[in-house]
Amino acid sequence: MSDTILNIENITKSFPRVIANKKVTFDIKKNAVHAILGENGAGKSTLVKILYGLLEPDEGNIKLNNKDFKVNSPAEARKQGIGMVFQHFSLFDSLSVKENLILGIDEKMSYSDLENKLENISSRYNLPLDLDAPITALSAGEKQRVEIVRILLQDPQILIMDEPTSVLTPQEVESLFVTLNALVKEGRTILYITHKLEEVISICDTVTIMRSGEIIDTSSTANQTAKTLATKMLGQKLDDLKTNYGHIKDEVNFEVKNISCNFNDPFLTDLKNISFQVRVGEIYGIAGVAGNGQSELMDILTGENINIKSGSITFDNKKIEKYGPQKRRDLSISFVPENRLGHSAVPELSLSENILLSQFPKNNFIRNGIILKNNVDDFANNVINEFKVITPGNDAKASSLSGGNLQKYVIGREISSKPKILIISHPTWGIDAGAEHSIRESLIELSQNGTSIIVISQDLDELIEITHKISVIYDGNLSKPFKTSEIEIEKLGLLMGGKNE
Amino acid sequence: MNSLFPSIVSRSQSSGLMNFFVPIISIVLTLITGSIIFVLLGFDPIYALYTFFISPISSTYGISELFVKATPLALIAIGLSYCFKNNIYNIGAEGQLTMGAIFGGGIGIFFHDTNAFWLLPLMIFAGAIGGALWGLIPAILKTKFNTNEILTSLMLVYVALFILDYLVVGPWKDPFGYSFPKSRPFSESGRMPLLFDGLRVHFGLIITLFLIFVSWFIFSKTIFGFQLKVSGYSPKAARYAGFNQTTLVFFAFAICGAFAGIAGLAEVSGPIGLLYRDISPNYGFTAIIVAFLGRLHPIGIIFASLVIALTYLGAEDAQLFLQIPSAVGFIFQGLVLFYLLGAELLINYKLTYKKLL
Repeated sequence: MSDTILNIENITKSFPRVIANKKVTFDIKKNAVHAILGENGAGKSTLVKILYGLLEPDEGNIKLNNKDFKVNSPAEARKQGIGMVFQHFSLFDSLSVKENLILGIDEKMSYSDLENKLENISSRYNLPLDLDAPITALSAGEKQRVEIVRILLQDPQILIMDEPTSVLTPQEVESLFVTLNALVKEGRTILYITHKLEEVISICDTVTIMRSGEIIDTSSTANQTAKTLATKMLGQKLDDLKTNYGHIKDEVNFEVKNISCNFNDPFLTDLKNISFQVRVGEIYGIAGVAGNGQSELMDILTGENINIKSGSITFDNKKIEKYGPQKRRDLSISFVPENRLGHSAVPELSLSENILLSQFPKNNFIRNGIILKNNVDDFANNVINEFKVITPGNDAKASSLSGGNLQKYVIGREISSKPKILIISHPTWGIDAGAEHSIRESLIELSQNGTSIIVISQDLDELIEITHKISVIYDGNLSKPFKTSEIEIEKLGLLMGGKNE
Repeated sequence: MNSLFPSIVSRSQSSGLMNFFVPIISIVLTLITGSIIFVLLGFDPIYALYTFFISPISSTYGISELFVKATPLALIAIGLSYCFKNNIYNIGAEGQLTMGAIFGGGIGIFFHDTNAFWLLPLMIFAGAIGGALWGLIPAILKTKFNTNEILTSLMLVYVALFILDYLVVGPWKDPFGYSFPKSRPFSESGRMPLLFDGLRVHFGLIITLFLIFVSWFIFSKTIFGFQLKVSGYSPKAARYAGFNQTTLVFFAFAICGAFAGIAGLAEVSGPIGLLYRDISPNYGFTAIIVAFLGRLHPIGIIFASLVIALTYLGAEDAQLFLQIPSAVGFIFQGLVLFYLLGAELLINYKLTYKKLL
């Protein structure tokens, strides 16, 4: 077909433990904005990295203008006419815009040639730039403009944009859309990677929906609504529900009230007036697509960040928003952040030593500043036995454990002290199914014994399986809670995509 | 075809055994490179290496001198370990040493005609305070204003050296010193006692061994040592654990400064006996090499300090018997560090030659 620019046929790419792309097949039409929509981990990034020469597919063919297309590096991809703008910018902060542009292009070019070309590009595509400004002085939107201009200098036929609006203000988003429209009018094609439903409908012509590495559907956006897209993106997830609400008491023991926090950093999401309540024995889920404020909220819940603008956190009738992590542990609050290596555990240290990262008043680990090694070792052995952690012993380095085993160990460490509340982020992220199952079971058991649990997760299956209530975080706003047993998947999908009727 | 230049790829597992051998390999490579340099200079390499590394310690006096030089190196290096374990790059031990010598030496000058048992302990204490205070300046700058401690601590070295300069040509100049830039000599009780008659090795060695033992205990048995380690490996994990990182930075700098200050005081009240311009042949900088050569481990540091002290002695002998400039000692120190860093890189990374199309 003459109006197809790119044919993707049967692309398969697997990594240890996971197949990121399974026989991915679809066509991209020339002169259009083509969206790839999917949750985190759906395989979008893997696919575009293959197109851009950063990854090599295990199987499959790509045809560009009906000719075989195979590249081994981004430089080759650019030469063939594919350019990409990444979510995270790769600019030299201390250099000026002009210097960054000269450095970023593959061919040699004089400053005067560059300036002529730039003038042309700037006016044609609504991309004003101050050439002499240092990158540090630019806003996120302006930096993105530099990246786009840098790619346009090489005159690509296809421009890949990876989550381009995630760091932009609403005004910047609008001006980006003007640019994209101008590019398409000129005959270029844009591949637009996103999880935002609204954007797909407003600026994309065609949409390919991916889920767990597979293509679910490719169709014109004309006959789609946010609702239909959400359902396809998330799939049917309400299959097996076994939540039991019987043991939950009416008493609220953890309350977050109107927490707001500004970071002044384009890569962090400001938190806007977040409030929620957790009752004794309840598992409260916070859903959402990554980068919508989850890690920022987690830091505030754990006390790693106590610089909030306003709001309060109350636990057992105490105001704790100004307490650091240790003071919160003293009140029997325990937490497991998302990242195991280097956050909830230190990979270079032994399992025993890792116990000492999180101490509760009941633990007898230290006397007069001296570590009581026997007590720590006993505790570590207990965790290893009770949570069936596979390891040669408590002196093995944390880095030697598989992700699932280390996560079991960390969670075991946190729940062995029978906390009153456990705050956990992405409990089963990146681990195998067996460990996943045993972790979910221990969380449910813990709640039945009276511990309140807050689970932040992108994994909707997980939240629906174990929580009693779910609210959705989007762009730093937290939705009202929904009872998990009564929730509609469609509603959840809309909230995650930023649509709230 | 393979590409001409290798690329550096991370190894999935670094070898624990190699970790132990790295210092030894670096020393062997240094000796080989050293012999090549000697050959190029026209010397018989065996004789030159003998003059450099064996003859300086073939007498009791020589061995005593080895300990005299190793004492400040080991003491400063163990102090630096507090910083380096915490991933703080304090390059300013030379300045902290100088400040320790000024504070402790100042007491010695003030009490130059007093003979009392409390004088030396007071001087040691003052030396520790002086070094610690000087070390706290970069700590404050780092924690309050987020400045880079490498730059500030280094610049403060020169400030301290100029202060010493000013004092010995100005207010503290010896009134009977024929205008030489030096202070009055300390009184006899302000001097480090000698351990053996006729040899210069002094009580500073005992202090150093004691502080190395204390540091070993702190590093391996206490929660403070654990906190230093965690915050060095992963600041995020330290924050998660609730360790106060500001306090850790302050302690690391203060302890390192105090140790360097004691080393400085031990120099001026030991072999020297007064204050003058050049109290340290760059011990504070060389101790950085000692700390890394000893892999920040107390036992390792003891051995490393002896090896590096030998390069100081060897350089003197080489100048005397071979007429080679004594700067060759610094070349050896530089070579050790060079090979050490190179070997360290290869423990964690490997070189591969990428296939070109």
